[in-house]
Amino acid sequence: MFEEIERRFRRLAPAVDHCTLRIERRREEKLTVERDAPGPRRALESVGGMVTVRHQGGLGYAATSDCGESGLADAIARAIDLAALSANRMVPGFPGPVPFTVDETYTGPQAQPWAVVPLADRLTMLADASKRLRIDERIADWGAAFWSIDKEQWFLDAAGGRIVQRFHYLQPTLWASASAQGETQRRTFGDAGMRVGGAEVLDQLGFATAPERVAHEAIELLEAPNCPEGAMDIVLAPDQMVLQIHESIGHPLELDRILGDERNYAGTSFVTPDMFGTFRYGSDLLNITFDPGVAEEVASYAYDDEGTKATREYLIKDGILMRPLGGATSQARAKLPGVANERACSWNRPPIDRMSNINLEPGEGSLADLVGKVERGVYMESNRSWSIDDSRNKFQFGCEYARSIKDGELGGVVRNPNYRGISSGFWRSLKGVGGADVFAVAGTPYCGKGEPNQAVKVGHATPPCLFGGVDVFGGA
Amino acid sequence: MRDHFEAVAGAIGELRQGGEDFLANYRAEDSTFIRFNKSAVRQPGQVREIELGLSLIDGRRIAEETLSLSGGVDEDRGRIARAMASLREVVAVSPEDPYLLVSETLANSERTIGEALPEAGDVIDAVTEAGKGRDLVGFYAGGPVFTGFANGRGQRNWDEARSFNADWSFYAGGDKAIKTSHAGFAWNRSAFTGAAADAASRLDILTRPPRTVPPGEYRAYLTPAALNEILGMLSWGGFGLAAHRTRATIFLRMIEGGAQLNERVTLTEATAAGSAPSFQREGFLKPEAVTLIERGAYRDCLVSPRSAAEYGAATNGASGSEYPASLDMAAGELPMADALKALGTGVYVSNLWYLNFSDRSGGRLTGMTRFATFWVENGEIVAPLNVMRFDDTIYRMLGSQLEALTEERALLLDPGTYDGRNLDSVRLPGALLAGLRFTL
Repeated sequence: MFEEIERRFRRLAPAVDHCTLRIERRREEKLTVERDAPGPRRALESVGGMVTVRHQGGLGYAATSDCGESGLADAIARAIDLAALSANRMVPGFPGPVPFTVDETYTGPQAQPWAVVPLADRLTMLADASKRLRIDERIADWGAAFWSIDKEQWFLDAAGGRIVQRFHYLQPTLWASASAQGETQRRTFGDAGMRVGGAEVLDQLGFATAPERVAHEAIELLEAPNCPEGAMDIVLAPDQMVLQIHESIGHPLELDRILGDERNYAGTSFVTPDMFGTFRYGSDLLNITFDPGVAEEVASYAYDDEGTKATREYLIKDGILMRPLGGATSQARAKLPGVANERACSWNRPPIDRMSNINLEPGEGSLADLVGKVERGVYMESNRSWSIDDSRNKFQFGCEYARSIKDGELGGVVRNPNYRGISSGFWRSLKGVGGADVFAVAGTPYCGKGEPNQAVKVGHATPPCLFGGVDVFGGA
Repeated sequence: MRDHFEAVAGAIGELRQGGEDFLANYRAEDSTFIRFNKSAVRQPGQVREIELGLSLIDGRRIAEETLSLSGGVDEDRGRIARAMASLREVVAVSPEDPYLLVSETLANSERTIGEALPEAGDVIDAVTEAGKGRDLVGFYAGGPVFTGFANGRGQRNWDEARSFNADWSFYAGGDKAIKTSHAGFAWNRSAFTGAAADAASRLDILTRPPRTVPPGEYRAYLTPAALNEILGMLSWGGFGLAAHRTRATIFLRMIEGGAQLNERVTLTEATAAGSAPSFQREGFLKPEAVTLIERGAYRDCLVSPRSAAEYGAATNGASGSEYPASLDMAAGELPMADALKALGTGVYVSNLWYLNFSDRSGGRLTGMTRFATFWVENGEIVAPLNVMRFDDTIYRMLGSQLEALTEERALLLDPGTYDGRNLDSVRLPGALLAGLRFTL
């Protein structure tokens, strides 16, 4: 299919300053067993292409699910028309095209191909997990699911370039809600657990042993007291650090936000161009990288969707802000260095500046070492609530599960843990960063942004971290 | 597109075997998307796509595949044949679905809505002209959206909506802006120009030095756009039967603890008055209205066919997510023109943003003010307010603290485009609150 469409594109390529075609075939499967009942197997095969034309200072894109001769020709004509309409009317500093001529292929790892696991076996695993979640009559809702995605993308430049990238993603999830006397507590597994890979992802994440723990923790939460209130230290597990990094570092560093593109929808940023190179974003312990090379992390790739080669870069080094998350287009507009992060969620959406893998580099020590530094505080796991202002400054986040900390030891479970703060001040209160042994890879498929809207896969790898003097509180 | 839909439905019918049944959910759009920043064009584009959600049913076994279609009948017949063969293999090894429920009543329907829509060039001209000398950032989405349903019993439902949604902000500086939308089913350039001029006329007040007030409880007026954000949170798992039976709903204290909202609150899923299609994926038609909350008391749930089968209830044509598509909130008695006067001294909230649950069981929400929020004294706007976080319960915001709802209501067409252009809408008033808790 791809070869045939490529031949067609090269034959039809118009005489314009620059023309590309991005073709994608995405196959997905969702399997769910909910409250012990198997739901229908849901599959998807989405196929289409996007033509992008740049000509005489204008830009136009046209996407189509018809990549046949007439469909492709029509898309090219529509993209040319839009480029003509926008010529000399584009945003200030909009750069000229940078054609690419490389011919490269990148394939993400998949040690144990998911496709060879028979459907019946996949369903049996889910049914078994579901049964093991119902440990108590107070479990009011429970279930298990697998979401697998097989994606192949060909990015073609009429100038001769061809970048082929293939990925397989898997996300296993479990959930259990316990309810009694007007209170419901939910515990999940895998909400931030999407990875590149096949069946090996289940072992990496510990899916086989998770159901009983998830259900027991839901019951524990139901019986637990409310989270204490006040200013105190908190230790955040990697599956909450993911959200903290995402909302209060990843989004504010997106260069298209800083340039104002997102002000009507996803928001702006408290970060301004003059801060790069000097602004103290966090304590000396804070080191943040854009790292497309952690193979199992969901946003690892060789090139972004504008054909820029992806390399590892420090965004924040020793607490100092170094560079934004901006692709070639935004870099030219802002006259700042950036990274290869112009990404589209699918063939029917244009690339914009996105997070990819945004990681907090490990420090030293174990979780117990971090907890050992706390006189009075709370340890929190698994995000359940996220809210932050449109400049990405004032935030309030909540977690599913928490334990009190007293005199350097973990105490009892507490429920409804929430905390709030302001981004830069919060990161300057970073007092401890776990080491490489507790560094965990996580990923989510639900990062939303852009007009038209796009949800992309974003990876975050991080150890647990300790913050001092945070405003903590519980439920209603 | 109607002809293509009929050809697709016909092809599926011809390809089925033995006692197989099918559900075909067809969706197509031909959308113009133009993004603006700094009163100039950022990304202009067009998306043409056709998607078919095909479910094959054999007894109580079912499997579903969604596939892209090209629009060419011969090409698509081949794609459908391959999908049918694949589905047949999956159905053969799938367990029976205990909660499978599809419509067995033949209920055809057809709706066409919308008139002339602008060419891309007209939109670029109109928006850049409106933004001249100002800082305009925004988005135009327009074009036809086609939704069809067919099943093995010969049922056909067709919905053709030609709509547009221009959604933009005029920035006064920093994070202070007037956000406006102009949406509908027939483009009129002078109406757009008027809406833009009206929005621009409100910019001056945002150039005053902004105020910051300390955290605490303040009187507040929420515009319909701001209130819509709160209703959006109620809709997120609040009204569905499954959420009620699994005790996940934000209304838990209403259904288990006897709590109530203010008697001014009546919420209805008003399909007949909304812009979303009136049929759903298993072939059930939606009733004209389902009353969800009546005078502050919880009444009916949205019930999907799956929940109906699981809990022994009757479906009311809800989608699988049991999320309202045409939410309607009853009007009150406060004239909108008197809102500032009725507020007296407090916070006028034009927009809220990024809401989430602080404690879902407790009915507690948090979120931020955004774009244009004002400090008001004695019924007069004094200054824009810097963004603030609220954290409060629905039992206060829509209960004990709800002082009035406006007599005028706004119809807001959903500008969302995540999985294609959204056809949902809400109709709701503004709300005056005696107290809203701000925390940061």
